[in-house]
Parts: sequence; C-alpha cells; structure tokens
Amino acid sequence: MGFNWNWEFTWEILPKLMHATLNTLMAAGFGYAIAVVLGMVFALAQRTPYWALTKVVREFIEFIRSTPLILQIFFVYYVGPQFGLKLGPWTAGMIAIGLHYSAYLSEVYRGGLDAVPKGQWEACTALNMSTRDTYWRIVIPQAIPPALAGMGNYLVGIFKDTPMLSVIGVAELMHTANAIGSSSYRYLEPYTLVGIIFLAISLPTAALIRVFEDRVRRKLGLK
Amino acid sequence: MMEDLSNYPLELTGDNVPMVRFLKVTKRYGDLVVLDQLDLDVAEGEMVTIIGPSGSGKTTVLRMLMTLETINEGVIYVDGKPLTHMEKNGKLVPADRKYLRKARSQIGMCFQHFNLFPHMTALENCMEGPVQVLGMKKAEARERAEELLELVGMSDKRDQHPSRLSGGQQQRVAIARALAMRPKVMLFDEVTSALDPEVIGEVTNVIRSLVEKHNLTMLMVTHQMGFAKDISDRVCFFFDGKIEEQGAPEDLFGNPQKERTQQFLSAVKEAD
Ligand SMILES: Nc1ncnc2c1ncn2[C@@H]1O[C@H](COP(=O)(O)OP(=O)(O)O)[C@@H](O)[C@H]1O
Ligand SMILES: [Mg+2]
Repeated sequence: MGFNWNWEFTWEILPKLMHATLNTLMAAGFGYAIAVVLGMVFALAQRTPYWALTKVVREFIEFIRSTPLILQIFFVYYVGPQFGLKLGPWTAGMIAIGLHYSAYLSEVYRGGLDAVPKGQWEACTALNMSTRDTYWRIVIPQAIPPALAGMGNYLVGIFKDTPMLSVIGVAELMHTANAIGSSSYRYLEPYTLVGIIFLAISLPTAALIRVFEDRVRRKLGLK
Repeated sequence: MMEDLSNYPLELTGDNVPMVRFLKVTKRYGDLVVLDQLDLDVAEGEMVTIIGPSGSGKTTVLRMLMTLETINEGVIYVDGKPLTHMEKNGKLVPADRKYLRKARSQIGMCFQHFNLFPHMTALENCMEGPVQVLGMKKAEARERAEELLELVGMSDKRDQHPSRLSGGQQQRVAIARALAMRPKVMLFDEVTSALDPEVIGEVTNVIRSLVEKHNLTMLMVTHQMGFAKDISDRVCFFFDGKIEEQGAPEDLFGNPQKERTQQFLSAVKEAD
C-alpha cells in the first residue's frame, strides 16, 4: 500500500461532498434551533412552582444526558413507529439530536439564570413587574451572555455529532463519504476531505462565537 | 392553621388614617423572631427614619412593606387598605398574587446596591416600569423619565449603562426609576452604605430635596445619624426586632431616654 493520493478522484468527489456539507450544516442548524428553544423551555420549566413538572423535566434531562446520542437516534427512528410515530430519517434525526442537545443547553441556561443576582428580581418586584416581563425583559437578557460560551461549544458539538445521523440514512457528510468509499473502494480521499471540511467549519465558528459573545456583552452594556 | 385575624379591621377609617400602619406584625425565619408584634404608623407626607444595630430587623421592615417578604402574624395597611391581606367574605385572608400586584403599586423602594438593570441605559431603566407596568406611551414615559433624571441631576448621563456610572450616580438613577412609578410611599434601605464617602452627599441631597419639595411618605433606614437628624420628622430606634424608642430627631438624638439608645448612639458617635 503506501500513501497514494489521487487528485483526479479528489476533484471528482468534491462536488458531492460539498453538497453533503450543506445537508450537514442544515442538520446542525435545525437541530440547534430546536435545542436552543427547547432548552430554554426545559430550563424555565424547572423554575415553575409545579414540583411534578420540575421533577419530570429534571429526570428527563438526566436520562438524556446519561444515554448515548446514537441510541436516542435509533430509538426515535426505529422504536417510534411502534408507538405510531412514523418519521423519515431527517425528521427523526432532527428530533433526536435537538432533544439531546436541548438537555445540555437547558443546563447552560440554568447556570445563566441562576447567576442573575437576587437584587434584579427584587428590583422587578419593587417596580411591580409581571413574572413574564421579569423573565423576558430583565432576567433572560442577563442570563444569555454568561451562557453564550457554553451555547457556542454545543453549536460546534452538534455540528460534530451530525455524522451519527448517517446511521439512519441522513445524507450528510459521513453518509456520503461512506457511500463513495464503498462504491469506489477508496477511503483515503473522502474521509480526509470530510475531516478537512469539519475542521474548516469548526475552527472559524468557534472564533466567531467568541467575537459574537464579546459584541453581545458590549451591546447589552455588560462590558 | 390559619391565623385568626378577626380582631384586625378590614380597612382603616376615620380622620387620621395613616399612610402606612404595621399592626402587631411578626416576622420569623424558622425559630428566629426577627420582628416581634411590631406596631408602626407613618403619616402621609411623613419622613420616618429607622436606626439601630445591625440585625435588629430594619431591612426586614422595609422588605415586608415592599412585599419582598411575607409576614407571619399581623396585618400591614397602606393608605387604609390591607397590603398583606385581602378581604374575602368579610374576612381577612392572605393576599394572592393578583391583589399584591395592585396593592404594591403604591410603594417604591431603593436598595443598598442600587439593582439597576445593567443591560439598559439610565433612561431605559426609568422608562421600563412606566411602559411595561403602567402601560404608558413611550414618548410620555421618556419625557417623564427625562424630568426625573433632571431632578436627580443625571440628565447628562441618561444614555449611559450602569456599568459606566459611579455608585452615587447609579443610586440617583435608581431613585429616579422608583419615582417614575409614582409611588405614594418611598423606601430607602441604606442607600448610601455602599458608596464612597465623597459621593454620599449627592444622594442625600436628592433625598433632602424630595423631603422639602414633594409630599411623599418616606421610610428610610440609615447609618448616617447627622442626615437622619436633619431631615426626619421622626426617628425610630430598633433593637432586637422591636422599637426600643422613637421620637422627634432632636429628642431622640439630644435626649435619649432608654439605656440601649444611649449606648447605641454613643457607640456610633465614637465610630464616626
Ligand atoms: N432570608 C433570611 N433567612 C434567615 N434569616 C434572615 C433572613 N433575612 C434576614 N435574616 C435575619 O433577620 C435578622 C434581621 O435582619 P435585617 O432586617 O436584615 O437586619 P438589619 O437590616 O437591621 O441589619 C438578622 O438576624 C438576619 O440574620
Ligand atoms: Mg439592613
């Protein structure tokens, strides 16, 4: 064997992989959008006075965090139909990965919410603000900036976890590289390209998140 | 078991209804009795100052009036109506959230650590309550907020966030923010304690001008005896959850009757 890189083959498969990159980005984007919203719902649910709701949400988050993502993906896709939930690979994948990351994001939000000083809540009471305004206008805007670093980590995390969706046939990067490999018996080029593509997206994203975080803090007058 | 409140009036009537009345109010944290059967009246337009050693329950008095703490026994009335309780079938029962929201709109409070909203400018801090809570139009709220910032001498900093303001400036904005809600009663809890000595004057001057020019009812906790003596109509010395002694400032400071008051005042004088 030895190292023999085939450039011609590389150029041939690149468009296919670029196309799959779009799917990967879409999967990460949708999954993250679900996680961002649902994570906040879970975080807020744990602060309601309804202890049963709090407990159920708490247990659910624990459960998700202590089982592998890949199991959750299989579960939604293959076990779902037995409960009358027939989903395509994309939908099942988005639900699974979105739920998975919402559990992690809810913990990040929780930290941010807990970090808002008690005095802020008291000022809201002294101004006679409603609970809703207190959360939306005062507490959440202050809870987000300290949560941004964690949120950014999980954005990169969800992106790197999208290859798991290949197991149920979502045509993202990994799935496409596998398909190229098994039809051409060449694995070096597709997998190397996949690695480069992941790196080329992850690294600048992480840097951008830091810049964004800084700007948000400035904009909110917290810096 | 529900407390028997049949001895407490459903509302205060007559000629001299106080703006604030604490009627046999007890506050406990677990076994610790913080306030013991407190009776305290504040007349409309009166400035009452609370002094006393740390831990004597001064802050708790204000926090109960702001409804930041519930009470264990007794009833607090504001402007003749119960604050901590509401009437149900001719009886007083603990106030629910809806009732509290209505009742507490008459009270405003300034805190030791200002508690301004850090993501809003000084002006936005003063507009938040009027717009979101009182439903005022933005233009009107802005005009009013600008007037109040002018009153506290903060007009030039109205577009700054709190992180760009000194402690004294933040406290002045906090006073304007509370006034923007047009409370009948203003509470000040050690509003100068977190400030550098050289900026204390800018805050006390604002409070002084409120006393002189506005007919607000005020309840103030402070460690600044000179200031308390200057501007109070009445001073209450708290000790161990009770009012040990109260009276006009010249009497209480000039000729204290109780031994504990004398001890406290001489200890404070020495520290100064
Ligand atoms: N949330 C709380 N839990 C338990 N004890 C408290 C709480 N808040 C205040 N206390 C206690 O109540 C007493 C009175 O407190 P406070 O009203 O703050 O006193 P002051 O303002 O006169 O210094 C103190 O002994 C304090 O430790
Ligand atoms: Mg205190």
